[in-house]
Formats: sequence, structure tokens, C-alpha cells
Amino acid sequence: MATVTFDHATRIYPGTERPAVDALNLHIEDGEFLVLVGPSGCGKSTSLRMLAGLEDVNAGRILIGDRDVTDVQPKDRDIAMVFQNYALYPHMTVADNMGFALKIAGVPKAEIRTRVEEAAKILDLTQYLDRKPKALSGGQRQRVAMGRAIVRSPQVFLMDEPLSNLDAKLRVQTRTQIASLTRRLGVTTVYVTHDQVEALTMGDRIAVLKDGILQQVDTPRALYDTPANVFVAGFIGSPAMNIGTFPVLEGAASVGSSRLALPREVVGRLTDDDKGHITVGFRPESLDTVPQGTQDSFPVVVNLVEELGSDAFVYGALTNEFGQQASAVHSGAGEAQIIVRVDPRQVPKVGDTIHVRIRPNEQHLFHAGSGERLA
Amino acid sequence: MSGTVQRLQITAANPDPALLDLPWDVPLEDWPTDMLAALPRGISRHIVRFARLSGRVIAIKEIGETVAYREYELLRQLRKLEVPSVEPVGVITGRRSPDGEPLEAVLITQHLQFSLPYRALFSQSLRPDTATRLIDALAVLMVRLHLAGFYWGDVSLSNTLFRRDAETFAAYLVDAETGDLHDRLSPGQRAYDLEVARVNIIGELMDLQAGEFLDEDEDVVAIGEALVVRYDELWRALTEVEAFGYGERWRVQARIDRLNDLGFDVGELDITTDLDGTSVRIQPKVVDAGHHSRRLMRLTGLDVQENQARRLLNDLDEYRAATDRQADDEAFVAHDWLTDIFEPAVRSVPRELRRKLEPAQIYHELLDHRWYLSQQEDRDVPMTEVAASYVRHILPSRPDEQAVLGTRAEDLRDGETGEHPRVDDDLDPDRLIG
Repeated sequence: MATVTFDHATRIYPGTERPAVDALNLHIEDGEFLVLVGPSGCGKSTSLRMLAGLEDVNAGRILIGDRDVTDVQPKDRDIAMVFQNYALYPHMTVADNMGFALKIAGVPKAEIRTRVEEAAKILDLTQYLDRKPKALSGGQRQRVAMGRAIVRSPQVFLMDEPLSNLDAKLRVQTRTQIASLTRRLGVTTVYVTHDQVEALTMGDRIAVLKDGILQQVDTPRALYDTPANVFVAGFIGSPAMNIGTFPVLEGAASVGSSRLALPREVVGRLTDDDKGHITVGFRPESLDTVPQGTQDSFPVVVNLVEELGSDAFVYGALTNEFGQQASAVHSGAGEAQIIVRVDPRQVPKVGDTIHVRIRPNEQHLFHAGSGERLA
Repeated sequence: MSGTVQRLQITAANPDPALLDLPWDVPLEDWPTDMLAALPRGISRHIVRFARLSGRVIAIKEIGETVAYREYELLRQLRKLEVPSVEPVGVITGRRSPDGEPLEAVLITQHLQFSLPYRALFSQSLRPDTATRLIDALAVLMVRLHLAGFYWGDVSLSNTLFRRDAETFAAYLVDAETGDLHDRLSPGQRAYDLEVARVNIIGELMDLQAGEFLDEDEDVVAIGEALVVRYDELWRALTEVEAFGYGERWRVQARIDRLNDLGFDVGELDITTDLDGTSVRIQPKVVDAGHHSRRLMRLTGLDVQENQARRLLNDLDEYRAATDRQADDEAFVAHDWLTDIFEPAVRSVPRELRRKLEPAQIYHELLDHRWYLSQQEDRDVPMTEVAASYVRHILPSRPDEQAVLGTRAEDLRDGETGEHPRVDDDLDPDRLIG
């Protein structure tokens, strides 16, 4: 087991100017499950491949434990790419399917058996060891594939979108299994996904990347509660946060005819770059439905109601009285769209206007210029 | 039922309307056997089936939608780069069962005619050099892919198909799911691809041993390691910097000849001399596989594989010498060889026997047979006689390889378990090796 350190690690593809990964600094603790997440092209897979030795590192270093592996061959890094190739061999027993790589490496038979049995115990596969893969369910086969990596007892597991080719049901099952397994094994794991729900449910910590630059690395809770910038705020959470940029007038954000009071110290920290504006973020669950005329409330026209049983979400827009400002807000549902979580037992009708107010201390404030967090 | 109606979305370069007639509302594993072509399948994590479509055979793989589109695009790009790979036909999404259950997207590829999966080739009756030839073919394919900037990610025998190529084999990439195209590959990417290949190949061969398809005394680890050696040799020959004294400039031409011999054309050669002009360094920058097949194509219009082309070109050279036409333009001689020798010989094969082997492979065997007959009769046996004897005595006993039949269609569903299609236990290796 080992820590993993990216030390100003940079990857620039030949013929491009912008680095695919730009001076990444990231320290992953021994036994930690770290998820690299971000939209396509953010550099998450490139970062993982740099760690695996599949991409050159143009500047900076990568360490596994105290060992600088920047120029070490992939097969000598003591890492395992899990799920990369997991077709099982039909004529070989489950035990042989798990241990064959050790056999190739010349590990003595008795030791292979011991290691396979240990892995099988963790994976709940003991009773299947002498059977053929045909007798296993889909989920069990996934675990055999995992077992192949476990018996090699690598320092680090690397997983690059391992669930992308599974169907939805198996994906959720396997997600849970991987998360609990790697924790039981205590093996440092770096996991890449574009799916922020997967990231939130699996990671001890999550590193959010965009355009090759690390935006924030923190626990799922902290990313959700205190996103470091507008990008992280909009990326993490489902449904996504509502985000709008409004003029600041007399110490308040002016949302159409409504005003949203701002803490004085926040207003004091606005810079010229913000041009008298502030970016306000509020999650769908941070809105209360209130009677018309309530202070700091604003009206939303209901375009669609999504009922999920335990929850209901209103997809709506600021009313016309906001004019241009109506389109200053966006959310996961698109430009000029607001998402509001409402009481599933009192859902409004399409076309209704509801009045909502951000709960005290649940708004996120960002510089309109740089997008960095203010409060 | 109140199920949502199936709304198929078909993405294809040349959509065949007959595609619409296939039962897309049925999960692939439940397709009626009369739709399926009984071809042996490799080990796959997905459900794969072969179906007949407008007189050809297509391979259909159920796979996630994004992955399907991605692989389709990659396969198209590989075709553009002229790397031997299966031809993508299209992607179909929006499948639903009659009761509205969404079904997985499918990727459709064209079945490669006259191709042989490794399971049909590695078998109890493995001829000692068959393994070497397959490994050689795979090494050539990997080098070509790597030169083109393609990182495979899951090199294995299951993800490769083999076609006879004169006395050797040519390998084709079948599965690009884990692959990536780059401008150029780093040494780490190549090394890892090779390591994955080595481990996968050994694993697949161990599996054949476990299933008693392959003699357990066969040293499968050595076979896997041979791939690494062959790859490295070829990669070095194609890319290595060579330095020599200014007086040894003949070595430039020698290097080009050596690459041609290996079947590669040199598109660009980097030549640098040091400041005082006493030494020269050369390094091939652009090499293109298919030296012989391109030359044959230019001379005759025949589109065949590399070693078949080599064999045919040798025969053309012999013909030129025998007819004493060294002074003539090669293109004219080639035209006469084609109309007087090659075409009559290939045409002499009755239509019903043409499914046995590709025409160029038949011609290659005719050349072998001519040698054999000439030895036996101690005279130059003319091609017309050779062809008659071959069609009568040799060809009828050869298996049909246009589309290798391994299983009975009705067996295909037995014990089918999604990701791990059953191996065709009743495959008769002797029939396939020939």
C-alpha cells in the first residue's frame, strides 16, 4: 500500500498549446479512494494514465509512496488497471481465472492458491472457486475480474470509467461493491468518472478537474456544501444548482423587482473585475415556497413538474417582469431555467406562478468576474 | 401493452434497408436461430451474434450506447488509416422490447470473409509453426496499429481475426472498444499494450489447454513471450536510428530494401550528417505496410494481402523470365500474366468450390501444387494441368472457409450467459485446419 503524489505533473500533447493536465498537485493518502471527475476533455483520464505510465509526463513528477515513478515502465509501477480487460476464460475454473497472471509470473502453486483463496473470501467467491465462470451471475463475474487485480496485491488500483459499459442496474450494484471492497482491502484507489453521482457515492475525496486544471479536491460533503468556484458549484449535485449573476444595489443582489440581502463583508470584498455584479447559487432544495409578497422572494412560472415519489421538482423560469434578467439564471435544466424542490404532496400545476425564497445561509456567493467563492 | 413504441435510430455510412427487417425488439440472446449464422465466436464480455443480411454476414454486439458510437467512430478512423480491421456497418439505438423495456444499443460490423478465429486454428492438431505464424501476424498488426498511433488497450487473440496469407496469416483487429487514437504513442503506451497482449494470449492459450483443445505440453508462456520478441524486432527495424560512416552510403538503400522485404514502404526517411560530414544517421519517419500488395495492385489491379502479393509477384517475375521479356515494360508483362495465367487458373475452379478459399489463396496453393507436380513428374507442368489436378484432387477435401462453420445454429443458445459466449466445443479442428 502506498500514497500517490502528483507533484506539478503536466502533460502537453504534441502540437497543442494548452496542457491537457496543467501542473497537477494532488496527494492521495494510503488506502484512500480518490475520484477524478470532470466533463469530457478535463484531463481526468490523462491524469490517471500519467500515473499508470501510459502518458508521458512533460513536467513535474509522480510518486507512488516515496518512489519517483515518472520514468518507470507501466508494468514495473506495481499498479493494477482494474476492469480494463475482464473477459473470463470459459474452460478455466474461477480460481484459475483469478490466479493465471501469477502463474505466468512464475509464482509457486501453493502461494497462488493461498492468495486466490484470500481474495475469494473477501469477494464472497469461496464456494465458486472450483466452478467454471458459466455458473456465475453477472455481478459475480465482475468480482472475479476484481479478484484478478487483488491477487496481484498491487500498491494502487486504477479504474478508468470501469462501469461505462455495464447496464444501469449492474452499474449501481457494481459501484457499491467496488466502494466497499476497496475499503475493506485498504488499497489506495484512483477512480475516473465523468458522472458526478458516481463520484459523490464512491469517493473518500473527489478531485474536480476542468480544462486540465484542478478546481477543488475535498470530501463529497465539502464539495457539495462549499464549492470553491462557480464551475464546481454547477457540476456537483443532481439536480444541479441554480446559478445567476445579478447587479448589486444598495448592499443587495437585485433579482428583478426582488432583492436578496447580502452580508456586508461580502459586498466589501467585491472587486472592480466584478463590475458591480455578484453570482448567486442556490440548490433546488434550498428554496422555500412562500406566499406572494414575502420579503426577498421571487416569482417562478412552472413549466414542468417532475414527481419522483419522495421528491418533486419544479422546472420553471423567472417571470417576464424580470425582462433580460430572467435569462441571467441557469441550472442543470438549461439557460433561463430554475429548478425548485417542492413538497411532493403539494405540487403546483404547469402554468402556475409560485413564489420562492432562498433559505437563510443556504446561498452560495461567487465573484461575478473570476467565479471564485466569496461565501 | 402500454409500452413505449420502439424508435430506432440507425447510424450508418451506407445503411442497408434490410437492417430494418431484423428483430431489434428482441434481446440478442433470444434471436431465433434461423436468423443466425453459426460462426464460432471468441471470448467476449458482451453478447455477440452473427446474422445473415442481404447475402452477407454481419456481427452484432450489444453494448452501451456511448461506447457503441465511440467504437464505431474508431473503427471508421482505423479503416481510413488503412489498418487491417473489421468494417463497421453501423450503430442502432432506441431498441425496445414489445412491452416497452429498453434494450441495449448494438454495434454492427461486417463479418470478415475467409477469416478464421484463433480457436479454429489453435487446436489439438496445432502444427508446430501455426502458433509462430499467428504470433507473427499479431506482431505485425500491433506494430502497424502503434505506428498509426492506436493504443489498443485489450490486445488478445479473441479480439483478432486471422486470414490466410500465402503460407502465413494476416491479423485483423476486431474489437476497438478499449482503444484510443493518439498523434503518436508514448513508449509507456506501447509497452503496456504489449504486456496486456502477452498476458491475454497466455491466458487464452491456458484456457485452450484447460479445455483440452491444445496439448498441455505446449509451452504457452513461451508463445506469449515470442510476441514481445517479434514485436520488438519489427519495431526496431522500422524505427531505429542507424549511424554509419560517410563512405557507407549504400546502407541507405540497404535499409530501404530491408524494410521493403519486411513488407513496408518508406514514405519518409530522415537523413542527417554530422557537422564535419564524416557520419550519417538515418531513421525512417513514415513507413507504410503493404509494399508488395501495393505493387501488385499497381501492376494488375488485384487487391490481395501482403504475402499473397509477394507470392504472386514472384510468379510474375518467373513468368517474365520464362517468356524472356525482361526488356519489356513490367506493366505490359503483368497484364499478359494476369490474362494468360492468373485469371484462367482461378476461373478453372468450379463455382461450387469457390467458397473454399479466396482466389489469391487458391492461386498460392496452385503454385505449391505446381511445384509438387513438377517435382513428381520431373518436368515443368503447365498451369492449366496444375489447376485441373488441384481442382480434382486437393480442393474438394478442403473446408469452406468463406464463413467458417463451427457450431450448429441450434446450439448457440445453450448455456448462453451474456458476457461469456460458450466456446464451440463441438468444433472439429481437423476440418478447419485443413
